[in-house]
Amino acid sequence: MTPTVTPYRPGQRAERDGFLQLLHAEWTKFRTVRGWVTGMVVAALLVVLVAVLAGISSDQKGSAPVPIGPGGEPVTDSFYFVHRPLAGDGSITVSVSTLESSIPKGLGELQPGIVPWAKAGLIVKQGTRQGSPYAAIMVTSSHGVRMQDSYVNDTAGLPGPVSARSVRWLRLDRSGDAITGSASADGTHWTKVGTVRVELGPTAQGGLFVASPPAMQGLGTTGSVSTAAFGDLRVQGGWTGGEWSGELLGAESPTFSGFPGNGSGSFTQSGDRFTVTGAGDIAPAVRETLPTGGTRGDILTGTFAALIAVIVVGALFITTEYRKNLIHVTLAASPRRGRVLLAKAIVLGAVTFVAGLAGAVLAAPLGERLARANGVYIFPVTSSTELRVALGTAALLATASILALSVGTIFRNSASAVTTVIVAIVLPYLLIANPFMPTSVANWLTRVTPAAAWAVQQTLAQYPQVTSIYKPYDGYYPLAPWAGLAVLAGYTLFGLVVAAVVLHRRDA
Amino acid sequence: MRPALHAEWTKLRTVAGPLWLLLGMIAATMALSAGAISVVTCRSAGCGADLTRLSLMGVELGQALAVILAVLIISGEYSSGMIRTTLTAIPHRTTVLAAKAITLSAVVAVAGTTAVLGSLLAGRLILPRHGFTAARGHPALSLADGPTLRASAGSILYQILIALLSVGIAAIVRDSATSIGVILGLLYLLPVLSQVIGNPHGQRLLQQLGPMSAGLAIQATTDLRNLPIGPWAGLGVTAGWAAAALLAGGLLLRMRDA
Repeated sequence: MTPTVTPYRPGQRAERDGFLQLLHAEWTKFRTVRGWVTGMVVAALLVVLVAVLAGISSDQKGSAPVPIGPGGEPVTDSFYFVHRPLAGDGSITVSVSTLESSIPKGLGELQPGIVPWAKAGLIVKQGTRQGSPYAAIMVTSSHGVRMQDSYVNDTAGLPGPVSARSVRWLRLDRSGDAITGSASADGTHWTKVGTVRVELGPTAQGGLFVASPPAMQGLGTTGSVSTAAFGDLRVQGGWTGGEWSGELLGAESPTFSGFPGNGSGSFTQSGDRFTVTGAGDIAPAVRETLPTGGTRGDILTGTFAALIAVIVVGALFITTEYRKNLIHVTLAASPRRGRVLLAKAIVLGAVTFVAGLAGAVLAAPLGERLARANGVYIFPVTSSTELRVALGTAALLATASILALSVGTIFRNSASAVTTVIVAIVLPYLLIANPFMPTSVANWLTRVTPAAAWAVQQTLAQYPQVTSIYKPYDGYYPLAPWAGLAVLAGYTLFGLVVAAVVLHRRDA
Repeated sequence: MRPALHAEWTKLRTVAGPLWLLLGMIAATMALSAGAISVVTCRSAGCGADLTRLSLMGVELGQALAVILAVLIISGEYSSGMIRTTLTAIPHRTTVLAAKAITLSAVVAVAGTTAVLGSLLAGRLILPRHGFTAARGHPALSLADGPTLRASAGSILYQILIALLSVGIAAIVRDSATSIGVILGLLYLLPVLSQVIGNPHGQRLLQQLGPMSAGLAIQATTDLRNLPIGPWAGLGVTAGWAAAALLAGGLLLRMRDA
């Protein structure tokens, strides 16, 4: 009987070739170079430092409070209101025969112009407090009849503009907290536009209103004023207080830019006919109507500084191997070159992600608290958005560092690699900050360049019923947050593949 | 000094990198300028854009390549160990730094002039086709126009100053990646960071101090009163940065072991 011979198999062999071993080797390299670890700590600290700087340098103490709508969002609630109290249920009907707008041309002289979202119609509102809930039905200059409520909701009714030849009849019926809006082209055949539920309290204020939001002019927007002619005003139900009283609601609000050319709101009444002139808007606030407001993205501007630090470390993580000739040892120990690159990318990405997340999680609440203490209004965000901004910022930094690693592998020269990646991500942002840059080009730049990734920090919403210049620089990106980051990730993936190919083909 | 200059010129001339970087600088400047010009249109009188500045926008990108070249001239020698040979041949270290600065200034001046003239020519050819005509108050760009001449000459000086600033910082930092990070941070970050400073005075101060935001004021030809800093004063700030960096770099080069 011959004894079976077990061939010698070293137990460690498999492990040394394993990917985990490779990761461990790269992690050891990373953590033992003091400059790289310092670079990551500096990156996290820069995010926090800039947030603190942004918070303490702002001073808006004593500015008028921003009106807040029922959903917690900042709103514009400034318009000319001709109203009477409405106790309990009731209805109101009116016809609108003209709606004309004027905008300043040149040196402040008013000229007739088109203000697409100029509004005139009926409104029932909880009270005259700014930001209180309401439901309204209105004619607009270019968007037909609309029913709107609670600042953010908008329903389309009869299309077409209003004129003396195509008069529009409007009606609101209140039954408890349910408001039904109807429109008619002849005053007899009515079409229901919608029914909404709005918390109005026992005694609401109802009546006529005119609002005239800023209109586009050239590269910016300009204030406007509109006048509407109403007729056949009829009320039924619990309307009290015999006289109609007119007032400009929210004249001293930070979301109201005032009347152009020193004008003012007014109304005249003769029988059931009214002429009402007003400015302002009843709508959610956007960056342009609330320029003093800050966003979470503003607080996290330090990400730009952190980006430069992580790009430098990312490029050095590979170019130092070439400079010190360590690459020969690395590739001799692990001849499968693509796996070396992958291990480096994973270690670098993970470290950067952790550093970026730590920075963002500390910086955002700290900066916001300091800014609020100085009276700055910060656009509100939900907790899921908060989480997305923090994770997205960390992912942006991690992806950028891996891009720097890939470009460093391709160039084998840190100076060119660092410059290429910084220029690719930061320069488009500087270009869109240029006031001459048309919005279409800014949108294009933030779609196709790696700078699209900044979209991951956006927290503002665009509203189709609010005319504004939604520029990327103001925090309105053309791509959704994660889609923007995916653009940078695409560039990084491409860079990584090219890097793997050249690493494989070239002599080290 | 002459041998040092000759040596630096030979080093610059006999490797392929610098030539490509200079050609890249010209191409990048002109490409971005042409891109910026071709996206603006004027439909009625008084569009109010600063066309000279717009036509010279490419300098914001082109300077990055001048920065790479400047950094490589210094830290390239450190990474390859060449610096020891250089300093053995010419032990007077200030002379070495001066020779490097002069050689670099000369080549950046040539490339910068080409890039600036090319960008202006692009503006002169493209802008009238986009509605910026003399009839609408926008005469074709011309060096005979005082502000445009100042903006063009100033842009060339600006690029030289940025190259000198980069030489100084590279001599301080020595590592190329870190030098580039510091320089591009100074150039590109300060304008971005100044936006978060809520205090308008602090914001203005930061724009007056930034080497790029102050220096590029030299390109403005309209609305000079609303600039954070005057054109020549702004270029003076950039010159101050370059001088300080060169001085500190020169001192450290003398004091430290290479």
